[in-house]
Amino acid sequence: MVSFVMRGCESVKSYEALRTAPNPDHAVVRGPGEVEVRLQVNGESRTTNIEPRVSLLDALRDRLDLTGTKKGCNQGACGACTVWVDGRRVLACLTLAITCENREVTTIEGLSDGDTLHPMQQAFLDCDAFQCGYCTPGQILSAVALLTEGHAGDDTEIREWMSGNICRCAAYPHIRAAIRRVRDGGGGGDAAS
Amino acid sequence: MRPVSYSRAFDVGTAVGAVSADPESTFLAGGTTQIDLLRIYVEQPRRLIDINDLPLNRVEELPDGGLRLGGLARMSDVAEAPELVRRYPMVAESLLLGASPQLRNMATIAGNLLQRVRCGYFRDTEAACNKRVPGSGCSALDGINRGHAVLGTSDNCIATHPSDLAVALVALDAVVQTEGPGGARSIPIDDFFLLPGQTPEREHPLAHGELVTGIDLPPAPVAATSRYIKIRDRESYEFALASVAVAIAVDGGRITEVRLALGGVATKPWRARAAERELDGAPATTESFTRAAAAELAPAVSHGMNAFKIELARRTIVRALEQMTQREVAA
Ligand SMILES: Cc1cc2nc3c(=O)[nH]c(=O)nc-3n(C[C@H](O)[C@H](O)[C@H](O)COP(=O)(O)OP(=O)(O)OC[C@H]3O[C@@H](n4cnc5c(N)ncnc54)[C@H](O)[C@@H]3O)c2cc1C
Ligand code: SF4
Repeated sequence: MVSFVMRGCESVKSYEALRTAPNPDHAVVRGPGEVEVRLQVNGESRTTNIEPRVSLLDALRDRLDLTGTKKGCNQGACGACTVWVDGRRVLACLTLAITCENREVTTIEGLSDGDTLHPMQQAFLDCDAFQCGYCTPGQILSAVALLTEGHAGDDTEIREWMSGNICRCAAYPHIRAAIRRVRDGGGGGDAAS
Repeated sequence: MRPVSYSRAFDVGTAVGAVSADPESTFLAGGTTQIDLLRIYVEQPRRLIDINDLPLNRVEELPDGGLRLGGLARMSDVAEAPELVRRYPMVAESLLLGASPQLRNMATIAGNLLQRVRCGYFRDTEAACNKRVPGSGCSALDGINRGHAVLGTSDNCIATHPSDLAVALVALDAVVQTEGPGGARSIPIDDFFLLPGQTPEREHPLAHGELVTGIDLPPAPVAATSRYIKIRDRESYEFALASVAVAIAVDGGRITEVRLALGGVATKPWRARAAERELDGAPATTESFTRAAAAELAPAVSHGMNAFKIELARRTIVRALEQMTQREVAA
C-alpha cells in the first residue's frame, strides 16, 4: 500500500466543505482511497464513494448503473464515451469523475423526455443511422451538441464537426441524414446520401 | 492507473505552492494528455492539483495591441474568439484543425503546449525510450518511425512535437507567461520548446510547479493575412504529417514580410527561419517558394519510414505560400 504524506492539509469529504475550507492557503487533499463524490447526473443528485482516479465513464457505468455511455478505446480516440458536462460535449474516459462535482453531467439516459424520444434519437431510428449501435449514444450526444453549436450548416461541416465520433460500421451517411433531418425540422429527407 | 490523491486549487498561489512543494504532484487541466498517460503508466504522479477553477480562462486585449490567451482557456473557446479570428486567423485555424470537438472543449491552451509526444515507444512502457527513461535508448531510430521528425532530431530522440497551436504561436513570436515558486516570468516561445539533444526528457524550461498562466500574442498586422495548413493521413481528427503556419505581406509582387513555421516534421514547433530569409524581399513566385522550401529542409535527416516527410514538407510550404499569395492577388 502506498503511504501518503499530506503537507499541512486536512482531508475533507465533499466539494462544499472544500470551497469553505477554513484554511484557503492549502489545497485540501482527497484520496487516494475512496472519497464521497457528489455528482449531478441528468438532473438528479447522485452520491458515490470512489477513488479520485476513477473516470467519469467508469463512475457512470459501474457505480451509477448508467451503462448507456460506452467504453470504446478509453484513450480519447473514438468518441463512444461522449457525454455533456455543463452542456458541452466532452469525453467521459479522459475526465475524472471527481472533477465534475458542481458541474451538470448529461448522458444518453437523460436525453429523452420520459418515454418520448429526443428528436435526434427518433431521427437515428428513422434514418437507420446505426448498425451495431455501440457508438450510437456518443454519436447522438455529439449530434445534438453539433446543432446547438451551429456547426451543421452543410454536409462538409457536419462531417468535420462529427469527426470525433468514430463508427466502425461506417454508418456515416445515415448519421448525417439523421442530423440533417433534425436540423431541417424533422420531416422528409433522403436517408442515404 | 496508480492511485492518486486529488485537490482543487482556486487561486494561482495555492496551485503553484501545492505542486512545487511536492515532487510527486502535478497540475491537472483538461486531462486529455494527463489522464491518458496516467492510465498507461507513462506518467505516475501521486497527487493531482486540479487547476480548472483558476480564473485564467479568458482571451484579453493587451495594452500594446496584442492578445493574451488565458492558460486555462479551452481550445474551442479560443478558436472562436472574434478578435483572434480577425487578427490571427492562423491561430484559430491551428486550433480547429486539432483533435476533435469534444477534446477541444476539454483541452486548455497551456495543456496543449505541454502535451507529450505521440511516439508509440514513448507510450509503451516495455520499450526503450530515452524520453521516458533517460539512457534506455531510442526504439524509434530503426523502428516504426513514419510519424517521426526530420528536423531538430538527435541520436537520442526523433519524436515529433505534436501540437498544432504551438506552430502558429512560434510563427508569431508569442510569449509564455508563467508563475512559479520563484515568481512570475515571461519566456519567448522559441525558448519554451527545447530540442532533444542529449536530454530528450527535458521538453521545456519550466521548473516543477511553475504554472503557465497565459500566452501573449504580440501585435502583428501581417498575421491578419495568415493560414494554417495541415496535411494528415485522414482529413480530420488526426495529427499532422506536415503542417505550415504562414503569415505574409506582398507589395508590388514582392514579399515585404513573412512568418513561417512547420509542424509534424520537427522535434519542436519549427520556426522556418532559413525559408523566411530566402523569401524576404523576393518576388512572390513559385520559384522563390521552392527555393525557400529547399533551404529550410536542407538539414533534414530521415530514418527510413519517414523519408517521405522531407518532400512532403517542401510541397506543403510551397502550397501554403501559393495559396496565400494567390489569395492576395484575388483580394
Ligand atoms: C485522440 C487525440 C487526438 C489529438 N489530436 C491533436 C491534434 O490533432 N493536434 C493537437 O495539437 N493536439 C491534439 N491532441 C492533444 C490535445 O490537444 C492535448 O492533449 C491537450 O491540448 C492538452 O491539454 P489539457 O488541458 O487536456 O492538458 P492536461 O492533459 O491536463 O495536461 C497536459 C500536461 O500539461 C501540464 N499542464 C497543464 N496545464 C498547465 C499549466 N497551466 N501550467 C503548467 N503545466 C500545465 C499537466 O501537468 C500535464 O503534464 C489530441 C489528443 C487526443 C487524445
Ligand atoms: S523517438 Fe523519442 S520518444 Fe520515441 S522512442 Fe525515441 S526517445 Fe522515446
